[in-house]
Amino acid sequence: MFDNFGFFFPRILEGLPQTVYATLGGIALTIVLALVAGLAMLSRLRVVRFVARVYVEAFRGTSEVVQLFWIYLVVPILVGFQVVPLAAGIAVLGLNHGAYGAEIVRGAVQSVPKAQVEGAVALNFTPAQRLRRVVLPQAFVEMLPPFNNLFIQLLKSTALLFFINVPEMTRQVEVLRPNFGESLATMYGIILVLYLLLAIVITGVMRWLERAAARRLGRRPPSRTSALAKVSAGGVG
Amino acid sequence: MSTDSTDPTITFDAVTKRFGAHVVLDELSFTVDPGEFVTLIGPSGSGKTTILRLLMTLEKVDGGTISIDGEYLSHMERGGKLVPADEKHLSRVRRRIGMVFQQFNLFPNMSVLRNITEAPTRVLGLSKGEAEARAVDLLDMVGLSDKASAHPTQLSGGQQQRVAIARALAMRPDVLLLDEVTSALDPELVAGVLSVLKEIASTTDITMLCVTHEMQFARDVSDRVMMFDSGRVIEDAVPEKLFTSPEHDRTKEFLSAVLNRA
Repeated sequence: MFDNFGFFFPRILEGLPQTVYATLGGIALTIVLALVAGLAMLSRLRVVRFVARVYVEAFRGTSEVVQLFWIYLVVPILVGFQVVPLAAGIAVLGLNHGAYGAEIVRGAVQSVPKAQVEGAVALNFTPAQRLRRVVLPQAFVEMLPPFNNLFIQLLKSTALLFFINVPEMTRQVEVLRPNFGESLATMYGIILVLYLLLAIVITGVMRWLERAAARRLGRRPPSRTSALAKVSAGGVG
Repeated sequence: MSTDSTDPTITFDAVTKRFGAHVVLDELSFTVDPGEFVTLIGPSGSGKTTILRLLMTLEKVDGGTISIDGEYLSHMERGGKLVPADEKHLSRVRRRIGMVFQQFNLFPNMSVLRNITEAPTRVLGLSKGEAEARAVDLLDMVGLSDKASAHPTQLSGGQQQRVAIARALAMRPDVLLLDEVTSALDPELVAGVLSVLKEIASTTDITMLCVTHEMQFARDVSDRVMMFDSGRVIEDAVPEKLFTSPEHDRTKEFLSAVLNRA
């Protein structure tokens, strides 16, 4: 069933760089948009909150695949300019996951105790300094676990880019499939494992960041086993 | 603006503060002179902490005005009229005021040293070296020289509060607000914090406004004690007078309730 591994693996692997570029590009755009939109949703100015809310709802509430076709097929007709497929893909991945990320940023910023902001006011920090020096460093650690989830979802969404002919891993398989119908298990087995390995890399990096950030805040590095043990012991303390 | 020593440092003029329908401060007026140590006492919910929070610009007044050395704090003059202060004005008046909080409010994302140096470098524009020299002196004064590189969470509550006092003093405020600074501490840690405050009161000319339930401390260090109830000052006297022969019944009741607590 898993025959010709040596034939398929290098051909599918040729799509790996495009998958990685799309993932990294999408993550970079996601971080920027999530931060901007997340903070905008907390703005004192109503119009700023409104614009951010429209962005979040529009991208969260519509299909990613339809968005891809829009930016790849419809927009060129409207503006007379064809976007490079990978760039179009990164834009959609970033815009989409940035909308989800905005809610993560908003929640994390709101989770920083008000007393911390008051401490910063008492030291006469400007509003920007309060955010940059006090609130965001503390909110950051809260953002990491949900962003880990989001980045893995983004990685898996890169498979959708085969719809707009980005030569990433899934497209490599789609190109091979018509001629090698008897080797579907091998081909799909290979990309299944490749996505899993990439997801594990993302989780590894994010857990490392989580520990480093927790240490900076003087917290014990989060340990999921000890949290479970506490629950099963009846929640001591 | 005047710095004449006969002018009060802090002036509350008919200040009203409401939270919803609840009137916390009811046309409150009082003054504090330069260098004075004034303690506010009174039952919980009587508005003592609100006074400090208004001075620190953490709350806005609903009526009346607050001034520091004759300069409006909650308002500013524009075109001959009083309008609510903008951020720029608030930042200028805040420069002169420092506050120590009940829950310390140290920044957990910074070491003890950086908690103290961050605002002097970023807000006052001190060089790193100057700010650190200032911080080292202050840590020495509060008896925590060996904790400069420690993390706030590694310290006891009393130590954290002493760092918070050092942090406020690093900004060289003219006015220091102390909001129940020992209320969150274990009893054995209270004395250390109070002795630091006593030293500051006796060795500096900082004007201090203090909310506390530590009556012995209030009696020892205060120049004046104000008894608060329902958003008003009901008695205002030197500590000997207020603690030994209070005039108002509410003061008597409050003092006997607090002093017989042990």
